[in-house]
Amino acid sequence: MADVISAPFHAGTTPVERRNYLTEPKGLWSWLTTVDHKRIGIMYLISVMAFFLVGGIFALLIRLSLFDPSHVILGHKMLDAETYNKVFTMHGVIMVFLFIIPSIPAALGNFVLPMMLGAKDVAFPRLNLASFYIYWAGAALAMVAIVTGGVDTGWTFYTPYSTSTDTSVAWMAMGIFIAGFSSIFTGLNFIATIHKLRAPGMGWFDMPLFCWGMYATALMQVLATPVLAITLLLMTIERLFRIGIFDASLGGDPVLFQHFFWFYSHPAVYIMIVPGMAIVSEIIPVFSRKTIFGYRMIAFSSIGIALIGFLVWGHHMFVAGQSQTAVVVFSFLTFLVAIPSAIKVWNWLATMYHGSITLETPMLYAISFILLFTIGGLTGVFLGALSIDVHLTDTYFVVAHFHYVMMGGTVMGFLGGLHYWWPKITGRMYHERLGQIAAALVFIGFNATFFPQFIMGGQGMPRRYYNYLPQFQPMHAFSTVGSWIIGAGLFLTLGYLLASLRKPYDAPDNPWGGKTMEWQTQSPPLTENFEVQPVATHGPYDYFPVGTH
Amino acid sequence: MSSISTPVAGAHEPHGDAAHGHHDPNLQHHFATKEQQFDTSKIGIWLFLATEILMFGGLFVGFAYMQSRFPEAFFEGHKHLLKVAGTLNTVVLLVSSFTMVLAVHYARTSRRKKLIICLAITMFCALIFLGVKYIEYTHEFSEGLYPGRYFSNPDDPTGHEFIFFSFYFMMTGLHGIHILAGLCVMAWLLRRAIRGDFTSNYYTPVDVVGLYWHLVDIIWIYLFPLLYLIR
Ligand SMILES: [Cu+2]
Repeated sequence: MADVISAPFHAGTTPVERRNYLTEPKGLWSWLTTVDHKRIGIMYLISVMAFFLVGGIFALLIRLSLFDPSHVILGHKMLDAETYNKVFTMHGVIMVFLFIIPSIPAALGNFVLPMMLGAKDVAFPRLNLASFYIYWAGAALAMVAIVTGGVDTGWTFYTPYSTSTDTSVAWMAMGIFIAGFSSIFTGLNFIATIHKLRAPGMGWFDMPLFCWGMYATALMQVLATPVLAITLLLMTIERLFRIGIFDASLGGDPVLFQHFFWFYSHPAVYIMIVPGMAIVSEIIPVFSRKTIFGYRMIAFSSIGIALIGFLVWGHHMFVAGQSQTAVVVFSFLTFLVAIPSAIKVWNWLATMYHGSITLETPMLYAISFILLFTIGGLTGVFLGALSIDVHLTDTYFVVAHFHYVMMGGTVMGFLGGLHYWWPKITGRMYHERLGQIAAALVFIGFNATFFPQFIMGGQGMPRRYYNYLPQFQPMHAFSTVGSWIIGAGLFLTLGYLLASLRKPYDAPDNPWGGKTMEWQTQSPPLTENFEVQPVATHGPYDYFPVGTH
Repeated sequence: MSSISTPVAGAHEPHGDAAHGHHDPNLQHHFATKEQQFDTSKIGIWLFLATEILMFGGLFVGFAYMQSRFPEAFFEGHKHLLKVAGTLNTVVLLVSSFTMVLAVHYARTSRRKKLIICLAITMFCALIFLGVKYIEYTHEFSEGLYPGRYFSNPDDPTGHEFIFFSFYFMMTGLHGIHILAGLCVMAWLLRRAIRGDFTSNYYTPVDVVGLYWHLVDIIWIYLFPLLYLIR
């Protein structure tokens, strides 16, 4: 069976296009009303990439303006202080809620998860489509907020500022409130899919590790996002009606808002990072030609992160007025959550050890992930330590830590996964050499941008400040130049990916020699994914030493 | 497995009622068996209920926190509520939960007429609930008891009664929206029940909506003593 299905399809050998989900049925309407998880995944992919572009442009703007404390570049005034506050807020909101959170689960996960399980679709296909439109409804409200004056609270919406500033906070909060339901529906769909739609013969521990990562993510999406919903609702009602819950002048407590917000948003950073880890767990064994080391450890560590992740939110309020006991407990639990992350890193390294490693673009991004996430994760442990946190709170150290995890982690995982599955999704190979060059540019540019921010933060440069002391100017300038290198790498990526779409189908069914089920069907796949229901007969990473198979 | 191994041909709606191999219009094509489809729906609804509990949970935590800060204001505030109306609504919802259980039972045993009657009674109870709530709100508004900054009660001895009423309106309001949503999906169920869609072979929607309705009732069971019976 597998031989028939996976016979490589060579461009030029036949002019006849194979039936596939991209061309069948045809027409824009068939796309907008589709319930095919692959098409919904693609619509999500285009959407999140568009917001990645918008959020990225905001980032470049911030960095450009910070090149000099005068915010004058080549005789031109860049951002004024109010605009600067709005731009960094919108950068954060768009990147977190409209790009990173849906990026891997709703876009790539939607596409590959059912195929990895050998299923025809997700459990609730119509709910899946609904989630896409809810996402856009939320995004549309966020646009309204931006057009009607923007928001200047930072992506965290801390009260009392968020309930008193006269910018468009209510529109933005409602946009995120609505977009949250799309995230919940994706998570709910994935949990049901993983429970009930695995191929015959596929037990829980025969699933690819990506599915474990998606399962852990989905748990957090379902259990944490409703709390964000009610938090933003309460904040908006406080703004409109002055109900007195978060406003100290009315008898409320701003720290209560912070507890509510971080009860969601700490799990939310794991909603963002665990999918990146899930992709790396796929790429590493395939490009090392070796069975994954410590399958169960990696699987359980995803669940462990999801569970402990719910118990550490207080580390965001070490200096906001918490009892000494709470502070110590939250600090301890924060150390604890580093353990499952470290387990993953060591298992990936053990998988690579003595493997036949090849360095195609997906693998470059996976290795970038390991390096950058390790730095991001360890600096998170610094911040979890009480005495150090007091020194580093609200400095660029936090900014650098967050970006090492979110961009160095999740975005690298996303880009790795995008290249890894690009042949399956589009039926085309991207230009490998350009891919490697872009990956190198992104890696170098990323470190140039954010490593100086660790140093600045340690020296006391406060985050979000418009102005800064002259002593930080060289490092700020260095950081800005780094952002241009990232931009160059990402625009190059956009260019060669789009260019590949102009070619006829030229991707083999299994270009990387993957063992998981999505590689056992044609590229691009049929609408119903598989010609015959696949049956799991071997594990997802059954690689054998060269010459023995 | 042969029944699901045939590829869907042509531009046919891929997830419609697949007509290949199996001929059951109620089995979606990405499921192999009825049991698998039913179990999947059950997982879905339980997860959805979990999200509802967590969302209301935020309000309950907020309520508890503010009550602990202003116990007298909450005590004085609750005296304005119509206890009789609250009690009546509690009874109404308990009855509706019972008729919903019966509705699921009759759907499962293919008794169409009784299913229709039970759904109708449940919907009637929901309407009574909303009607009583309307009377209560009207009464409270007439006394100037609005949420937040619109609150005006010159006799408020504590100065913080508005917080109690903010929570009262948010919690009963969000709950009322859920009752309204339940009413809408039950209308849809009723239409399908009259059409004869539900038999022992297929009654998943009734079962799922039933679970939702019980959750909405349970939330009220917690709201009632919390708001109406302080101390
Ligand atoms: Cu945190």
